[in-house]
Order: sequence, then structure tokens, then C-alpha cells
Amino acid sequence: MAGGLHKPGPHESAHLHVTGSAKYVADDPGPQGTLFVLPVPSPIARGRIISMDLRSALAVDGVHCVLTVDDIPGDNIWGPILHNEPLLADGVVHYMGQAIAIVVAETEHSARCGAQRVELEFEEQTPIIGIESAIAANAFHTDPHIIERGDLEAAFESASMVIDGVVETPAQDHFYLETQAALAIPEENGGYTIRSSTQHPTEIQKVVAAALGIGAHHVVCEVPRLGGGFGGKESQASPYAAYAALAAARTGRPCRSWLHRGQDMAWTGKRHPFRTDYEAAFDENGMILGVIARLYSDGGWSLDLSGPVLDRALFHVDSSYFIPAIRVEGRVCSTNIPSNTAFRGFGGPQGMFVMEEILNRAADAMGVDSTELRRRNFYGEAPRDTAPYGQVIEANRLPQLVPQLMEESNYAARKRAIEQFNQTQQHVKRGIGFQPVKFGISFTASLLNQAGALVHVYTDGTVQINHGGTEMGQGLHTKMIAVAADTLGVKLDAVRLMTTATDKVPNTSATAASSGSDLNGAAVQGACLTILERLRPIAAQLLGDEAASTSVTFRDGCAWLGHESGVPFAKVATAAWAQQISLSSTGYYATPGIGYDPSIGRGRPFFYYAFGGAISEVEVNGLTGEYRVRRVDILHDVGNPLAPSIDVGQVEGGFVQGMGWLTCEAVLYSPQGRLLTHGPSTYKIPAAGDTPLELNVSLLRDADNPLVIGGSKAVGEPPFMLAISVISALRDAIRTFGKPGSIVELGMPATPEAVLRAIEHQRIESTAGMDKRHG
Amino acid sequence: MDHSIILNGKQVKVGDISPTMTVLEWLRQTGFTGTKEGCAEGDCGACTIGLLDQGPDGPTWRAICSCIMLVPQAFGRQIVTVEGLASDSGLHPAQQAMVDKLGSQCGYCTPGFVMSLFEATYRSDLDSHWKMDDQICGNLCRCTGYRPIREALYEIAGRQPTDRFSEALDALPEIPAVDYQRGDQRFVRPEKWGDLWTAMSDGPVRFVSGATDLGLDITQRFMAFPLLIDLGLLPGMREISPIADGWHIGAGVLLSDLEAWSETHSASLGKMLRFFASRQIKNRATVGGNLCNASPIGDLPPVMLALNAVAVIRSSGAERRQPFAPSGSDPGFWTAYRTTALQDGEVLAGIEISELHPSTYASTYKVSKRRELDISAVSSAFALRLDESGVVADLRIAFGGMAATPARALKTEAKLLGQPLSQSTIEEAIKTLKDDFSPIDDHRGTAWYRATVAANLLRGFFEEAQGGVRVTLPDRPTGTIFAEKN
Ligand SMILES: Cc1cc2nc3c(=O)[nH]c(=O)nc-3n(C[C@H](O)[C@H](O)[C@H](O)COP(=O)(O)OP(=O)(O)OC[C@H]3O[C@@H](n4cnc5c(N)ncnc54)[C@H](O)[C@@H]3O)c2cc1C
Ligand code: FES
Ligand code: FES
Repeated sequence: MAGGLHKPGPHESAHLHVTGSAKYVADDPGPQGTLFVLPVPSPIARGRIISMDLRSALAVDGVHCVLTVDDIPGDNIWGPILHNEPLLADGVVHYMGQAIAIVVAETEHSARCGAQRVELEFEEQTPIIGIESAIAANAFHTDPHIIERGDLEAAFESASMVIDGVVETPAQDHFYLETQAALAIPEENGGYTIRSSTQHPTEIQKVVAAALGIGAHHVVCEVPRLGGGFGGKESQASPYAAYAALAAARTGRPCRSWLHRGQDMAWTGKRHPFRTDYEAAFDENGMILGVIARLYSDGGWSLDLSGPVLDRALFHVDSSYFIPAIRVEGRVCSTNIPSNTAFRGFGGPQGMFVMEEILNRAADAMGVDSTELRRRNFYGEAPRDTAPYGQVIEANRLPQLVPQLMEESNYAARKRAIEQFNQTQQHVKRGIGFQPVKFGISFTASLLNQAGALVHVYTDGTVQINHGGTEMGQGLHTKMIAVAADTLGVKLDAVRLMTTATDKVPNTSATAASSGSDLNGAAVQGACLTILERLRPIAAQLLGDEAASTSVTFRDGCAWLGHESGVPFAKVATAAWAQQISLSSTGYYATPGIGYDPSIGRGRPFFYYAFGGAISEVEVNGLTGEYRVRRVDILHDVGNPLAPSIDVGQVEGGFVQGMGWLTCEAVLYSPQGRLLTHGPSTYKIPAAGDTPLELNVSLLRDADNPLVIGGSKAVGEPPFMLAISVISALRDAIRTFGKPGSIVELGMPATPEAVLRAIEHQRIESTAGMDKRHG
Repeated sequence: MDHSIILNGKQVKVGDISPTMTVLEWLRQTGFTGTKEGCAEGDCGACTIGLLDQGPDGPTWRAICSCIMLVPQAFGRQIVTVEGLASDSGLHPAQQAMVDKLGSQCGYCTPGFVMSLFEATYRSDLDSHWKMDDQICGNLCRCTGYRPIREALYEIAGRQPTDRFSEALDALPEIPAVDYQRGDQRFVRPEKWGDLWTAMSDGPVRFVSGATDLGLDITQRFMAFPLLIDLGLLPGMREISPIADGWHIGAGVLLSDLEAWSETHSASLGKMLRFFASRQIKNRATVGGNLCNASPIGDLPPVMLALNAVAVIRSSGAERRQPFAPSGSDPGFWTAYRTTALQDGEVLAGIEISELHPSTYASTYKVSKRRELDISAVSSAFALRLDESGVVADLRIAFGGMAATPARALKTEAKLLGQPLSQSTIEEAIKTLKDDFSPIDDHRGTAWYRATVAANLLRGFFEEAQGGVRVTLPDRPTGTIFAEKN
């Protein structure tokens, strides 16, 4: 069992995980007679369907039916924001792998055989693949979103150094270990129970109801747990649940869908690649005067969540730095690949990386230490405390956090040791890099910042809690149990957390934006407090002082007046029941006081910011470009952590995942739009041996955050960006292979090949992309 | 004949299944859903289970990937899954360590890690951190970042508790012969050479050893095979024995056993195996499978070329020796892209490696996108002997990933033979590499990268060789030249 509020302890399901008894959606074969549902993927990336012949597919042994767009009783169109994505292709296909039909069969094997036998003819068009092609074809999903402030002209006029260039960040596959899965069970009275591996049960409920043409009240979505989500199951779990439901509606039998890894990778969206054109102006002290950045993201074929992903990127171009004059502009490109989607950081990493890369390149050009340059440009006292979109960076923890990190990681001494080391080595060089993080917390679509809970107390004093969040490894349930137990003053094992389900807590937001415990925690606590309010008078009666009901406290499984006289919680609950008082309550929470107006690029999109810092040290092999992360020190601000060991796990896992994004994970599409890296054999996420040899993670102490339940802060996404420190460290090492003053040209992801290229470039070039217009 | 598997200590009859069904599919269909599928290509470890096997020093538990092991391969054998570890007295130490060190988040990878840790619990040779990391490099986790899992491993590695799993090691596991036909597919595991030749006469045959390559034809390409013959049980296949001036290594020797053997017998072979696939794969993959697979990016072929190894090829009533390297009009063992010199009716029975000349320096290098569990962009093996006057007397330069077959850089070798080894002769010779090879672009690396790395590896090798010192590898090296430890 977990350790309780603010205490270390394992994941609430740890025991189930290690014994193999934790059940995931695809572990359930479904009731007797469950059929298997498999989409028929488009073999081309763009074109019109001329003909479709289902006869030989239908003739396959075990195939029940093949459903096309004409078989959808309700709405074929869905979409998380814009309502514009067909569940099944309606005459045109927009990406390779798009579902054209679904085969419903007795077994997966017969479904596959059936799918292979669907005969299709197309009129092919040349697909748009990649951001450059989209820009050239003027293919965009959105108009520019612009945030600007300050006098750019003056900034660039007075600059002593101006640099310009392009920053590209790569795609990233979520590679949740559990692939997309859903099970649809028809119930009596025309209802359906859907079990889905989704971060967004309410969305599943809506999409299924719309596709079937029935009311949402007929659909219940249950989510036992996810084998990882990372954003990839925020919107994109929906079609697979809808396919299962459509098949169940047609056949009257339970139906399940489940993707093999190759299908999952080829058919679902990834982290948006970004391309940014920038110009940046600095004064002679290395202070940023102005930045102009045009961001393009590759949205894939549909908008999906690309709008808010881009917004968050724009909000984070400032990273941790005050930029007096700035203009950032972003557009979502439309291309013929699966729709890129939410992924841990939600555009934040892509936006931040732009500024970090600008600083790295500027540091190279100026010949100053990039760590020093970063520290000089931090947000500070007014007027250097306001983000480009007008929000004041309140309770900035970096001034406290960074010196402590530098000290604890022994930065200065190690920097010197590395310099000495590099002088003695020809082929092997080391480097060190620093990365601060300031990450805005809240859904940027402000209305999503709400959550609900449902808590039942039973007469024996035990408790069931339900909330709208999904458990996908992040430890949300562990935290919620701790919140409920702490609030009600009962033991952890008196609290049972129930399967997330839309009939318990309706109209939920996705478990995303790192907000799961902030929002749901407040809702759970609210429900518990409502019940306690009702119990106080009863407890006061039992404790013999009816007048003192407001002084009753609940702890250690008892209700108390003062410290001496306690009465067991169960007794209070039973007495309440006997007096016909409800022992059940909902809870609800909405984040107050946030909002943003995109038309003017101003507002307070974030409730608060989470902060962190990392120092990474690498060793690079100059012959092959291979490298190893030797040591990483992280100091992260999670407020007063609800579950410290869970939070350390989030920090470490986020860091390594971020490292994967920037180092070894390369998503490659062919010019025809075929995904070339569709399994772990070709797509490399970090393995155990890539973990830093030494990884020291500490949580900032005495960091209470009064805005959030338990004084805590969100932790899911912010640590991801700490990994940018690895890139700065790599650049630091690569630089030493060449002459000082030349700008390191390191492409992303920084695979050994990219690093070797950068080293070779360094050996040849001494200056590049530098424009010393002034000074 | 009854076909059954001893699953978690209980004999389970296997019903009517296709001979190409994988153990993972069978387990999950039988209700043992604790074992997960994350990829069905041996690359994530979510499907890891324990297999009781014959090791070089007696019975041993091995962690293996159930997603590419065929059910008939498991007939008569003992396997253990994550559900079978805990007992009435509580969790298995591998499970407890994962709980204690907070090794699980979403939990989907956890059963696989637990099973890799399970093997580690009973290993006695996990004496360094890199070996322990190697134990889990075949398991991917997307949530934790691995640090806690590594700590759990360090906690239990080599603990060797006395329990029912250690007791199972007292008796030699029996591996029965198999002949199993369902529909139009048949799986045969002969225990005598004579039975092999008989079975082979029954039609077009595909051999299978560890199935770590062949398994992918089934799980990724959905191929069916009319006749599969498993060579693992044939006498001598799994043995390593001394011969006149070296060693005979059976084609069925598992790569993990070969790796252990090479620690004391061949540093260069051992170094390549250290970066070969993962523990789970090496626990099933065989020498013969790697060489006969004839992949241009296979990792053992360059080593065979550099060590001047010879293939021992057997057919009914005959045995012949075929050097791996080409010479004169003999194209060697790999005759064309994914093609070997094996004729119909022949199998690879083993290889012969001679002792290196005492003054020969040999080394191997593998470069891939990810250091562990990745296919090479370039793999290489070199052997160099200088005479007393510093003139190159013998040189073999072999690469994988540079051409359609594993190949020697014959022109480059010729440039240096008979020359004194110096900066200028080396650089001059390296220029010739581009006449030996014109590598290709693919998702593992561009032609530029392959060509540049190949040249650099050679540079590094000569530097290492001239250093005179046989550098002992520091933990987790990053490539060719290593920084002094500090
Ligand atoms: C996850 C993963 C990682 C891998 N990593 C690497 C790596 O790092 N380096 C590398 O080189 N390879 C790698 N491989 C490929 C593969 O594991 C090796 O090639 C392995 O050695 C094959 O051996 P096997 O016994 O499993 O062969 P099998 O799959 O059983 O057989 C392979 C082929 O050889 C034939 N064959 C097998 N034995 C004989 C014999 N004795 N005589 C004639 N023909 C025979 C079979 O018919 C088949 O065509 C990897 C594979 C996987 C799945
Ligand atoms: S399922 Fe991934 S290795 Fe077997
Ligand atoms: S705990 Fe989620 S993949 Fe490892």
C-alpha cells in the first residue's frame, strides 16, 4: 500500500503489477462470443477511393461483416476540437493507414485475412509530406496565432549581435507499452459498456454515442488502467472504441479492437515536429533584446489537438527568460500523415527548445558559456517578470532553485575538470549542460480546467472514491487515495479507488496537461469535506458535546474533540445513517481566475508555473559519434509533494523520455507517406543502458504551493524539458572538436550519426550563420 | 502422442494449435494474461518468461521472449510466467525488489522485467554493473526511466535463494523429440541426425534454431511453413569442443553461452556479443541461426571473417568444411545478398575457430543508433599481425552493413600488407575503403555515416593495436576508443 499523503511509498497497484494480476483492457478476452474488429487501412497517403469490393473479404471463414461509412447509423464525423474527422473514409483518404472499413470476425486471424481481401481502387494524388512541402503548397490547418510585445525594430537596431536560422525538432512516437485497445459490450435497453485504454473516457462516451446515433446516457465508458498514455490516448483512443461499438451495434455481440505495435505506430499520431525560423538580437553583455520566431508544426491530416499544442508552444518560447521585445507566430501545417497529437509537454518542449537553441547558438557565437548566458537572461524583478502574453511570473522559484542545483551538482568544479579532461583526450570529449524549466500549468483551453468526484462512505467506516481521472502509471490513483484518507482521517486501506467510469463521474476532461491530481484531488477533497460537514454534528453528539460540532476533527480513524476523546469513524457513519443522513457526496472543482484571449495574445492562461533545473554531463566519441550520459542532477519543484516517491518517478521518467525525443528516437516517413520506423526494432526509445550512469533527483524543499491541494504542484510534464540539458552538454563536448567561436550544428534527434556530422562540421567550419551587423 | 508444456509447475495439455503459434499467444489465450505483448518482435521484453534449459554448467533458468518462441518448441519443457513466481509465503524476491524500489508505474512492462530479474536471481556470474545492465537491456520501459528497476536488479542479482526454482535446477531438464502436424504445417524436432535426414526428405524444409529471426516471419509477415525442423536437439549441436589448433563450436550453441565462453577464450568475439541483441534474444539465438540468416548487418559474420573461421557443413552421409572468407574463385560462405553456400540437404553443424597467432591483435566494434539492443549501422572485426620490424604481416578487415553481404575489405587489406604501419600508410589505405564498399542509406544510417564510421573504426583499431596494450574495457564503453577511467 502507498505511504499516505506527503509520504513515500509504492504505486497503489505495485503488487498487482509484479504478479501479473493487474488487468488491462486487452487482457480481457470479453464475454463468450466476443468478436474481433480490425480496420482496413488505406495503402496510399492521399487520393480518392474509386471502388471497394468486399465480396472476397466477406467470403473469408469467420468474417461476420465488413462495415463502411454507409453502415454508420449515427455520425461518421468526430474530432476532439473541430468536428471534422471521419471515422471511416468517405470517398477520400488523407493518410496511409486511414481506416476505410472495419472487418468484424470471430478471431483476429480471420479479421486480418478479411482485411487483406478487401479490394480497393484509388485515384492517387501526390501526398504532402513534411513541413517544407506543406509551406510550399500553402497547406495549413490554422491561421497564424501571434503573440507580441515591445519594440522589435529598436531592439534589432541597438543589438551588438544578431543571429538567425532555423530550429527543427523531431516527431516522437508515444510508445506506450500497451497499444490502443477497446472492448464494447451491448447491454439491455440499447445501452453499451465500453472498456477503453483512454485518457479521456468522456470523449469515448461522446464519440461512441454520436457514431451510434444514441444519447450519451446509453453509453458508459470504463477505464481500468492504461499501460501508458503520454497524450497518445487523449484523443486518439476514440476511433478504436467507436469501431468496436459500431461492430457491437451491428452484430449484437461484444466486440473488441486491439492494435499490434506496427499498426499502432503506423495509424496513430505522434508528437508534432516543429520548424521555426528565428532572428534574435543580443546586446554586448549577452542580454536578449528581441526575438522573432515563426513556428510551423506538422499537424498531419487533421487538426486534432494541434491548435492548443501550437498555443502552448508559443506560450513557452520564452522558456525561463525575459525577452523585452518579441513576436512569435505559429501555424499548423496540413500534411498527409496520421494526425499528430498530444504528447507530454503538449508543444511546450517544442516551443522552449527554440529559445534554448537560440541561446546555445548565441553562446557559441559569443564564445561565452551557455549556462552563464542562460542565468543572465532569467526572469527577475519587475519589469523583468512578465511573460510575452502578459502574465506575471509569480512565485518564480528559479532564483532559489538554480544556485542550489549548481552547488549540489558541484557544477563549477566539474566544468573545470571537464576542460582539463578534454585537453588530455583526442577522440573522447566531455561536455556539461544546464537546463532550467518554467512550465505553465492549466489546460490552455481554460474551460477544460474542471473535475468531478464521487465519494461514498459506508456504515463500517470504509470508503469508495471515484474521480474523473485515469490511471496510466502516473500515480494519480495513489495520490487520490492518500488525499481521501488524509481528509477523512481514515487508514489508507479503508479507502478503495473504483474504476474510472462515466456513469460515476460525468463530463470529465481528459487526464492531461499534468492537471490530473490538481483538479481531481480538489474534487475528491471537496466531496470528502462535504461528507465531513454532515458528520461533524453527529460526531459531536457521540462525543457528548453537541455545541462543539465545528471543533470536531477527523484523524487516525476517529472523530475527535480535542485529543482525549475520540469515537471511531465507523460509529459516526453508522449513527449518521441511523439519523437518515447521506453518506455520499459528489465533489467538483474548477480552476479560478484563468483565461486567455488569442485574438490579442494576452491573458492569464496558467494558474501557476512549475519550475525545475537539470545539469547533464556527457562523453562523446569523436570517431563514431556515440555518446553516453555520465551524470544528471535534477532539482525539481513539485510544491509540497502529495506522494514524493511517485513524483520522483515522474521526474526521472519524464527526463528519460525527453532524452529519447532529442537523442535516439527518429520517426521516419517515406516520401510516399509510409512510416518506416514502425516497431521497436527500427524505432529506438531509450533502453536501460541509456539511463544516465548517475541520476540524482531531488525535490525542492519548503516549496509549498498555496494554490493547489496539499500545497503540491503538477509534475507530469515539466520534467520532460529538463532533458534539453543533454543537448547543451552534447554541444559543449562537440564544440571542443573545433575552433572556438564556431556555431555547433547539431541536428535533432542527436543520434550518433547527427553527432558525428556535427563533429565533422566542427572540424571544418569555424564560423557559420553569424551576422555581426553591429559591434 | 500428447503434447504438453509444464507451465508454472503444472503439466498443461496443449490443444489443437497451429505449429506456428507463439508461446505468448498460447499463454494469453490460456488465460495467462500477465505476460504482455508489446511488439511481437523480440524487441521490448514485455513477453519475457522463464525457461528451464540446459546451460554450459548444468541446468539453468533463462529469460526468453515468448513472442517469438513457437509453441512446439516448448513441448515437454518447463516454463514459468509472472503468475507462477509468488508462493504462499509471499512475493518472489524479484517481485518484492520491484515493489520496494518502486520499479513500476503503468505496470505494463513490469511482468517482463520481473522475469528478467527472475533469471538474474539465479545467475552466479553477474559480477559487474554492465552485465547487470545487459540483463535488462531487452526490456523497454516508457514510464520509469529505469533507475528504480536497475536498483531492484542490483538488489536481487545473484542472490540464489533456495526455493522451488533452485530445486528445479537439480535435475537435467528433459527436452523431448517432437513431430507435430496440424493442418498443412508440421514441426519436427529430431533428436538423432538420422531422423533429421529422414524428415528432410519430406519436402521443402525450413530449419529453425532459436527462431529469433524466423519468428519474425511469423509474427510480422504472417508466413506459414509446411515443414519446420528444429535443429536444437541434435547431438553435438550445442557443444563447444577443442580441436587441433582451436575450437569447434556447435551451430546450436546459444549466444549467451558463447558470450560466457568467450570471456576466457576470445575477447574480440565476446566484445561483439556484449552488444548483440539482448539477454532474452541471446538466450535463444544460436551461432548457426546468425550465420545462416546471412544478413548483411548480422554481427557474427564479420567476426568469422576476421578470425578466419570455417563452416562445418553436414549432409546425409557427408561433412565438408567451407571457409567463411572468400578466396580466389571461392566466394566464401555468403555468396550473395541473404544467400549462403549451403546446398539443398545441407545444414550448418558448427564452426571452427583457430587460436590466434600470439602476436595478432584482433578487435570488434559495433555501431548502432542505440548502444543496446539495436541492429548495427556498421559492425566490424579486424585482426592485425605485425612482424618484428613493424611490417604488416597479416591483416583481415571485415565489415557488416557496408555491402550486400558481410565482406572483407580486400583492397584496403592489400594496400597495407607488407607495408610498415604508420600514420601515412594507414591514411593511404583508408582511402581505398571506398573502392571496397559503396554502402547504402537507410533508417539505420546514411551512406555517409557508414563510410565515415567504417574509416574511423579502422583508424581507432590501428591506434588501439599500436598502443600495444590490450585495453581492458571500462564499464559501458561508448565505442572504439575509450577514455581512461577517471
Ligand atoms: C530483438 C532482436 C534483436 C536482434 N539483434 C541482433 C543483433 O544485435 N545482431 C545480429 O546479428 N542479429 C540480431 N538479431 C537477429 C537474430 O537474433 C540472430 O540472427 C540470431 O543469431 C538468429 O539465430 P536463431 O537461432 O534464432 O535463428 P533462427 O531464427 O532459428 O534461424 C534463422 C535462419 O537461419 C536458418 N538456420 C538456423 N540454424 C541453421 C543451421 N544450423 N543450418 C542451416 N540453417 C539454419 C533458419 O532456417 C532461418 O532461415 C536480432 C533479432 C531480434 C529478434
Ligand atoms: S512482445 Fe516485445 S519482445 Fe516479445
Ligand atoms: S512502467 Fe510503464 S512501461 Fe514500464
